[in-house]
Amino acid sequence: MNINLKINGQPVSVAPGSTILEAAEKLEIKIPTLCHFKMDCFHVDHRSASCRICVVEVKGRPNLAPACSTPAAEGMEVHTNTLRAINARRTILDLLLSDHPKDCLICPKNLNCQLQALAQEMGLHHLLYKGEQSTYNKDLSSQAIARDLDKCIMCRRCETACNAIQTVGVLSGVGRGFNAVVAPAGLKPLAETECVFCGQCVQACPVGALSEIDYKYPVWRALNDPAKTVVVQTAPAVRVAIGEAFGLPPGSVSTGKMVTALRMLGFDRVFDTDFAADLTIMEETTELIERIKSGRNLPILTSCCPGWVKFLEHQFPELIYMPSTAKSPQQMFGAITKTYFAQKAGIAPENLTVVSVMPCLSKKYEAAREEFSRDGIRDVDIVISTRELADMIREAGIQFDQLEEGEYDSPLGESTGAAVIFGATGGVLEAALRTAADWIAGEDLQEIDFTGVRGLDGIKEAAVNINGLELHVAVCSGLGNARKLLEKIQKGEADYQAIEIMACPGGCLNGGGQPYHHGDTTILQKRLEALYRDDKSQPVRKSHRNPSIQRLYAEFLGEPGSHFAHQLLHTAYVDRRK
Amino acid sequence: MKITSPEELAQNAAALKSRPRKPIKLLVSMGTCGIAAGTAAVLKAIHQEIAERNLENAIEVSEVGCMGLCHAEPVIMLADEATGEKLIYGDVTPEQVPAILAAGTSSIAPGTRTLERNWYYPEFETAKPGEPQARIVLRNTGRLNPENIEEYLADDGYAALAKAVTQMTPQQVIDLITASGLRGRGGGGFPTGRKWQFAADQKSEEKFIICNADEGDPGAFMDRAVLEGDPHTVLEAMAIGGYAIGAHTGVIYIRAEYPLAVRRLEIAIRQAEELGLLGRNIFDSGFDFRIEIKYGAGAFVCGEETALIHSIEGKRGEPTVKPPFPAVEGLWKKPTVVNNVETYACVGAIVRKGAEWFRSLGTAGSPGTKVFALAGKVAKVGLVEVPMGTTLRDIVFGIGGGIKNGRAFKAVQTGGPSGGCITPANLDLPIDYEALKSIGSMMGSGGMIVMDEDDCMVNIAKFFLEFTLDESCGKCTPCRIGNRRMYEMLNEITEGRASLDVIDRLKTLSATIKDTALCGLGQTSPNPVLSTLANFEDEYLAHVKDSRCPAGVCAKLIRYEISDRCVGCGLCLHRCPVNCISGERKMRHRIDQSRCIKCGVCFQTCKFHAVEKH
Repeated sequence: MNINLKINGQPVSVAPGSTILEAAEKLEIKIPTLCHFKMDCFHVDHRSASCRICVVEVKGRPNLAPACSTPAAEGMEVHTNTLRAINARRTILDLLLSDHPKDCLICPKNLNCQLQALAQEMGLHHLLYKGEQSTYNKDLSSQAIARDLDKCIMCRRCETACNAIQTVGVLSGVGRGFNAVVAPAGLKPLAETECVFCGQCVQACPVGALSEIDYKYPVWRALNDPAKTVVVQTAPAVRVAIGEAFGLPPGSVSTGKMVTALRMLGFDRVFDTDFAADLTIMEETTELIERIKSGRNLPILTSCCPGWVKFLEHQFPELIYMPSTAKSPQQMFGAITKTYFAQKAGIAPENLTVVSVMPCLSKKYEAAREEFSRDGIRDVDIVISTRELADMIREAGIQFDQLEEGEYDSPLGESTGAAVIFGATGGVLEAALRTAADWIAGEDLQEIDFTGVRGLDGIKEAAVNINGLELHVAVCSGLGNARKLLEKIQKGEADYQAIEIMACPGGCLNGGGQPYHHGDTTILQKRLEALYRDDKSQPVRKSHRNPSIQRLYAEFLGEPGSHFAHQLLHTAYVDRRK
Repeated sequence: MKITSPEELAQNAAALKSRPRKPIKLLVSMGTCGIAAGTAAVLKAIHQEIAERNLENAIEVSEVGCMGLCHAEPVIMLADEATGEKLIYGDVTPEQVPAILAAGTSSIAPGTRTLERNWYYPEFETAKPGEPQARIVLRNTGRLNPENIEEYLADDGYAALAKAVTQMTPQQVIDLITASGLRGRGGGGFPTGRKWQFAADQKSEEKFIICNADEGDPGAFMDRAVLEGDPHTVLEAMAIGGYAIGAHTGVIYIRAEYPLAVRRLEIAIRQAEELGLLGRNIFDSGFDFRIEIKYGAGAFVCGEETALIHSIEGKRGEPTVKPPFPAVEGLWKKPTVVNNVETYACVGAIVRKGAEWFRSLGTAGSPGTKVFALAGKVAKVGLVEVPMGTTLRDIVFGIGGGIKNGRAFKAVQTGGPSGGCITPANLDLPIDYEALKSIGSMMGSGGMIVMDEDDCMVNIAKFFLEFTLDESCGKCTPCRIGNRRMYEMLNEITEGRASLDVIDRLKTLSATIKDTALCGLGQTSPNPVLSTLANFEDEYLAHVKDSRCPAGVCAKLIRYEISDRCVGCGLCLHRCPVNCISGERKMRHRIDQSRCIKCGVCFQTCKFHAVEKH
């Protein structure tokens, strides 16, 4: 039985449980919102009803109703633009702005801020209420996430991201009254918490309270240092999102334009993390097959995602034997660049600067982990996000959408379709299965689309038959889903041989460093489709068939899983439980 | 020993009643307030005197909860068991004890203060002509020893529960409560029967009954008095409620700042469990009910039922949007009834005496009685319980004895920080839920703060708003930021810095906060401002336009000057903490205004009324 109501005099019929806001959307009546955050594909519906910007008048109700969280009721008469509602909304916005710094010009979220957009939409040009503003110390303690609580508007979206979605549990409401703010318990700096730097809070934050730690300037400095050869790597998910920052439609594959832009910025070599993704598959699949053969330490868990790895180290340290010991593609790239490439190009490692462009904020933290440095030289020197790269391109005056398509440099720029799907949840496992299937079967199989592990669902399970060998695999994205799966494993309720885990819901395409989607999940769907489209268009779609990878092993590493490969390409994990 | 049937309960009560008694029963007020005022020392002196004079067989000492006579603590009462004569002493000191015990009930000990009985301590549960008080909620408080279940049982305790679970269906219990017209005493006045009905109608294997004992209004202390003085009444009512809605677990959410109430509740729960009055298969009816205690950490907003539930669940104590209402989705997402202490304290009496009896007290829309914590500038501060519909005049000038020190009455604030002020114009209005609402205030939990001509109404509004400011959870924008801005505006006014449009801004902002805040705390937080503005706008204007505080309270707006009545005694000069008074002996002194901090010490010190406040 549908519910019938009227909004601004127009009748509308909605399913029971729908809110006034949803009913209004059906009529294409826009009610402004701020704290509300919905991502249907991840089953996220944050409606704390705390900002009160969406209040509307409901006939017969004594006070105004928050449209985002008031259920539609039979016979309800809603008016969204009465003077009373408009006055209330303006006063609420006025109040929010009275406790918000007005330094939009230099805010990291300038032009990406939903409060700014609201002020613009509502045309508020004069503030009535002035008074004390909250002041907190900026938290720049981590390598990844900057917190400027002066800007926090208590929408609590980050809290939902951190707790409900990710179950990391670092951010929550602290203090009360005017001093209420969202922060780690005891207002601890983020670096001292169990934060995994997934950056989903940054994606969720509508204002400039949460943003990335900005490394653009160190990149500019390196690019302008004549003593340095600056090498850049670009992660798979960056190419399908960066175009959005320049007005290209979501889902555009901008690999060529991005390569051209990077070259124009002055990078000496433009390489691809995809190359290292193929390398990761070589090492990880070798490990997978070994573990299946020996039946030990199963299931094998993927280890590409630093947010997920840190989550495991804090929350499930008893399982740290489970992840593959293979380093992430970013770190393999760094290690190979500073050894193999340095040798080949005849450049001393200390004169090489490796810059990563990542869809991720946790990668900034990963690159700084001490095990990824040798003799004080980091394998990866600087990590910037997709957003930061877009900013640099804009700062350099490069007309991105007008650029010619460029090609990656050789040899670390060559990659396969298996590598590009690393950017989506399920992609790493599919890439591994493509290689494992060939290796186990001993032939070049043609059926390589493992569609059972594709899509944005949080937990996916599949049974794969390779040459008579039945493999049970699972893929999950979002740490809340990871927690569920790991708990099942601990209770002995799950029997898998391999599991791919990504911290961000949907995988890297929805990383904390990607252009802001503001809850529009159609964008994510389009990025996903773009990755698989890109995979399909590649001449080589299996990692072990990448000629540069084959050459790397032949010239330098020996066999996958060799002692030397282990030295360079594998790592160990740390019990971080306090 | 377990009591397993209503008959056994009645036999037990009869046996307890007919036990031989000592000639005099001596009640000692051992509520938190009494103890703070020194009752413990008096009690010690009483035991000492009894021991020294071998009065063990003559006097039965009973430690009871608050008698409601805060203005006279420490209070003791002597009751002659034979004649029923009662004698109440106030301001008792340990030194007076020998004389009081020597005088017994036959005469009044010299050098003591006795209190007129009929005003303060009427017969229980009945309103008699000439006695404005009628006690339902407080019927046992200050009368029975809360740590001894036998006193409660002797007084037909748990008979209501026995009747409910053995003679009535759950629906009959709900119908009875609905028919009684009992409304929530915690603030909103929602019909209790309807609340129970909603929860009863939900299909769920698990339901909860919660007692909201998170009393936090400034100046309200009736719930503490009931829990300290009569915990069993609340436990019994919770069990009745549990039976009515189909809950088997009750939770008392109580402020951790009420340690004595917590201790007495714990004792009471244990004693009731030992007798089988709580626990499994109560009165062999098949009904199980147990009660646990959860502590609040001192957040006013946790009195809001959704916030309270989140707090019990271990989450941040902040409200969420209703619906879903707790009756549908409450504690652990199960149907839950939340009632406050005073509401529960009415339930047992209604079950025993019927809806008609309850409706015979109070008004048609608000049956029964209401407890008020009478405080502020009233002569006799205390806890009073009156039938709904009693006028403010009867309470403040009748029971309360008028204004302290002969000053003029100005207003009464009811409903605490959520309420408003009532002016002399409404002194004769019969008070109930609707009446208070109609004049811009509310019942609230029953705090009643009396103000006199020396109170600045802007300052009073600021005081209440400051409380809300501290107690807001900070979740929604209007309460978190709006109240802060309101407070800042009031501050500007009291410091004479406000611009003329401040009144308009206050009114607009108040209206928005009322209209948009998420929970009851926020929605009602502008009430003190709106109500003082409505009734005392001229006082606001005096501050804003003339930089003058008519009541002489706002320090930034007053100045002290020494008139020619000064004899030059030098007392003020010596007392002034900042040495800003100068003058030769026997010559008129003067105050250096640039250094004066307006502490008022000179004003209070001067014996010749030479210091004037302007």
